[in-house]
Amino acid sequence: MLSTRAVGLSSPLRQAILGRALVRSPVALAKRSVQTESLPPSAAVDILNQQRLRRPSSPHFTIYQPQMTWIPSIFHRATGGALSALLYAFSLAYVVAPGTFDSAHVVEFVAGMPDAVKYAGKTLLAAPLLFHSFNGVRHLGWDMLKFMNVKGMYQTGYTVLAATAIGTVGLVLM
Amino acid sequence: MSARLPRLARSFSSSAARNLATPVAQKPVLNKEFKIYRWNPDEPATKPTLQSYTIDLNQTGPMILDALIKIKNEVDPTLTFRRSCREGICGSCAMNIDGQNTLACLCRIDRSGKDTKIYPLPHMYVVKDLVPDLTLFYKQYKSIKPYLQNPNPPEDGKEFLQSPEDRKKLDGMYECILCACCSTSCPSYWWNQDEYLGPATLMQAYRWIADSRDSQTAERKEVLQNEMSLYRCHTIFNCSRTCPKGLNPALAIAKIKMELAAD
Repeated sequence: MLSTRAVGLSSPLRQAILGRALVRSPVALAKRSVQTESLPPSAAVDILNQQRLRRPSSPHFTIYQPQMTWIPSIFHRATGGALSALLYAFSLAYVVAPGTFDSAHVVEFVAGMPDAVKYAGKTLLAAPLLFHSFNGVRHLGWDMLKFMNVKGMYQTGYTVLAATAIGTVGLVLM
Repeated sequence: MSARLPRLARSFSSSAARNLATPVAQKPVLNKEFKIYRWNPDEPATKPTLQSYTIDLNQTGPMILDALIKIKNEVDPTLTFRRSCREGICGSCAMNIDGQNTLACLCRIDRSGKDTKIYPLPHMYVVKDLVPDLTLFYKQYKSIKPYLQNPNPPEDGKEFLQSPEDRKKLDGMYECILCACCSTSCPSYWWNQDEYLGPATLMQAYRWIADSRDSQTAERKEVLQNEMSLYRCHTIFNCSRTCPKGLNPALAIAKIKMELAAD
């Protein structure tokens, strides 16, 4: 009996071997480990729907490997949103208070800042702008069916990152 | 009875060396830890967990599927996953292995000593452990009418003929086994799978648009001409990057966009 249990056949085998002889005895009935319940076929849908309600959703971006595919895609959207927000905010500010937010005042304001803040601010503006522009060109290429394979995706991806890095250094030093 | 049963138990074991008639020199033990996503529908209140299994790689086949089968046979028979052909043609054992969607039977076990994490396909409802609910995925595939539609059979009553050039347009698309690795790797599909068709279904949509024998090309394009079905694709490329068959769904989708723009 022990060896049957080892392969998980214990209960059905025991029933097949011993069940017939004991099935009429009330003691054997009480000992049955698995009780079955008879249900009409229509109940299957209800049971399935009950299960569906409780199913968890499997994990996604927290477990997916960071790749040249979706990470730049996230940054493309984030930089696009941030740059647009900045553009709209500055334009609206100019409409609301044209005396405070015109070019002359901004230049004057920035000129009075320490160098570290100037460089940090320039990097913060230049890097997203260049990345979004270069990656935008990459997307235009894809829309024209250029570089439309995994190899092309990696090559253009590294090119965009390199161009962004070089361009950012160039703009910051200007 | 008792004499036969140990042999039965042994036939369930996937450690081949133990079954040989003459003893061979045992390879050194190379233990590796697998962390596998577990969730049991019989205990729905219990949150999904990662369960750890350590097995000897020198007693295991080379692929992740071999390891899963060994764990199921010898360590924990309750571990649940789909598998069938073990050679990458059925698409049953699609899962997320070390952060990438692929087929367990085509994915070699990393022997560098790091542990391997195995999850079900991302952002899908879990039926049990590594088994996702693919009902919606199959419904979406059905919705694009994946069969030849042509009300005018050829004059001779035989087959629809096609030039070798036209046939060549279907290469790289007809090979898809619908394992759902690409669709479930796509962030757009994660957020919008109720309306966006996803890369696998869209590539098959284009497989029929591109087929010279199909006469419903215009109707097939028309159903994609809306905001959600096709245009949620933002050319992220996770689909082509992850495809275990080396196909390029991103290209097929870009071609649909190109043809719709030209209409």
